[in-house]
Amino acid sequence: MSQIMSQTLLQIRDLSIVYPGARANVAALCDLSLEVAAGECLGLVGESGSGKTALLLAILGLLPRSAQVRGSICYRGRELLGLEARQFNDIRGTRIAMVFQDSMSALNPYMRVIDQLSEVPRVHGGLSRRAAEQRALDMIEAVHIGEPRRRARQYPHELSGGMRQRVMIAMALIGEPDVVLADEPTTALDVTVQAQILSLLQEMRGRTGAALVLVTHDLGVVAQLADRVGVMRAGQLLEQARCAQLFSHPQHPYTQALLRAVPRMDAYP
Amino acid sequence: MKPAPQTPLLQVRELRVSYAARYRGRTVRLRALDNVSFDLAGGHTLGVVGESGSGKSTLARALLRLTAVEAGRIHFRGNDLLALRGTALQRMRAHLQMIFQDGISALDPRQRIGNILAEPLQIFRPQWSDAQRLASVLAMLERVGLEAQHLQRFPHQFSGGQAQRIGIARALIVAPDLIVCDEPLSSLDVSIKAQITDLLQRLQRELRLSLLFIAHDLPAVQLLCDRVLVLYLGRVMEIAARAALFQTPQHPYTRALLQAIPIPDPQRARARPVPIIGDIPSSLSPPSGCVFRTRCPHAIERCTREIPALRRIGDSEVACHRAGEI
Repeated sequence: MSQIMSQTLLQIRDLSIVYPGARANVAALCDLSLEVAAGECLGLVGESGSGKTALLLAILGLLPRSAQVRGSICYRGRELLGLEARQFNDIRGTRIAMVFQDSMSALNPYMRVIDQLSEVPRVHGGLSRRAAEQRALDMIEAVHIGEPRRRARQYPHELSGGMRQRVMIAMALIGEPDVVLADEPTTALDVTVQAQILSLLQEMRGRTGAALVLVTHDLGVVAQLADRVGVMRAGQLLEQARCAQLFSHPQHPYTQALLRAVPRMDAYP
Repeated sequence: MKPAPQTPLLQVRELRVSYAARYRGRTVRLRALDNVSFDLAGGHTLGVVGESGSGKSTLARALLRLTAVEAGRIHFRGNDLLALRGTALQRMRAHLQMIFQDGISALDPRQRIGNILAEPLQIFRPQWSDAQRLASVLAMLERVGLEAQHLQRFPHQFSGGQAQRIGIARALIVAPDLIVCDEPLSSLDVSIKAQITDLLQRLQRELRLSLLFIAHDLPAVQLLCDRVLVLYLGRVMEIAARAALFQTPQHPYTRALLQAIPIPDPQRARARPVPIIGDIPSSLSPPSGCVFRTRCPHAIERCTREIPALRRIGDSEVACHRAGEI
């Protein structure tokens, strides 16, 4: 266990991202460094504009062309910054996958669930259509979507928000990546559905052993899943700590303020 | 605890709202609210909670006469709100204001803040001079934590939190008797959310506001509300005073909502089971009997047959056949 945990999958060094603007350049990230170890869940907390999303987009090579990027992002020792789009295809979806916040706009509205899901094993895994569809169905079942065969034939708009988020998780995991990036995966959901999706993420981590980078503004979400937590503000990583440590002994004044800003619900278990 | 006045400011009885919808090729009535009754006392805040699709926003729209009511009564300040038409309804709107979820898009992008805040006064205080209106606008800006220099700016020049302050000022400026707040905090970052919650709490104290506070953020409801109404698929599951609702919730749905709130405490967060499974069913084909029974861990055969009526259990009014024994 400890040996697996200590293997570094992602190593980010002095990463800076600047978006050029008409009047002034905007620094989205400033000299950020962090590591993600195999199998761990790293929670990244911050408010709007803290650079959380820019960081995930940079890891996946999805930043707009105009963005000026400095520093280094290594995946298993391979530098990702500056990779050609075609080279990135070997990594995106199969080695590093992403779960987006807004499932309605992240899924293709014109494609049935099963077609979207089976695309990954067909294109990357070289499976036949039939085998890929079977793999997709297995995945739909694994993320606990009721009536999997019927749901597989439906379009995204025919599913509830919670089901669509399960489809997104299935889609991220179907290529058997070893890092899953999740950008506010439960923000658009009701708390009752959020609890189910968090439990699913936890279950899938246990099953697949994939590392999870969980970006959220909700400290409650981080408390439930993360092994380590990083707190971001204005493009900087202010504090990194083990999860229990961060909640019991927050060091940075901003982390302390964030924790104070969460209303406590101590009345009911 | 505030003393309860004789007649409530707002009395809602057996409210039913339906929308026309297409379902399996036919036009059907989608019942968004059914048999909803509650009182709101002046100076009090009633929280309305429930998942998406529970009817919260429909309730707000019905109270503001923005959607047609199929059946039931709404009495506001002793008047039959549903009977009002034309100018009488227009006049009543001065007493009934709304704060919206998305602060920025609720403001006219081509109007300066000064105009946005003065317009309700031009409509409802036509006898006032420009100087009187300006003085009122300036006083209101200060009350919500903004400054005179903001008067000349446009909505896009404000942050989400500031826009929400402007929305609050716009609602308050005509000194309404009731403000309906539809998820006013849900689009804000945590620290801004805390600031706006503080502002609302201060205004509640200073102005003795009456609020109908729609939210799915239960911690905010606990901070702001005197009583809480729990809706599920258009029906009332439970109504109770804040302390009773949060400390001794009686309805299994209320309990599930409370158990689902993420808590910033790793040890406790991980020890909790997932409270309920699945999604809220479609209001186009609601379950028979108790609408919550398909997700309820305590459902029995009776729940499929009989719609539970609201009854008193402990300090709550609960619509559940099994409340009190579970």
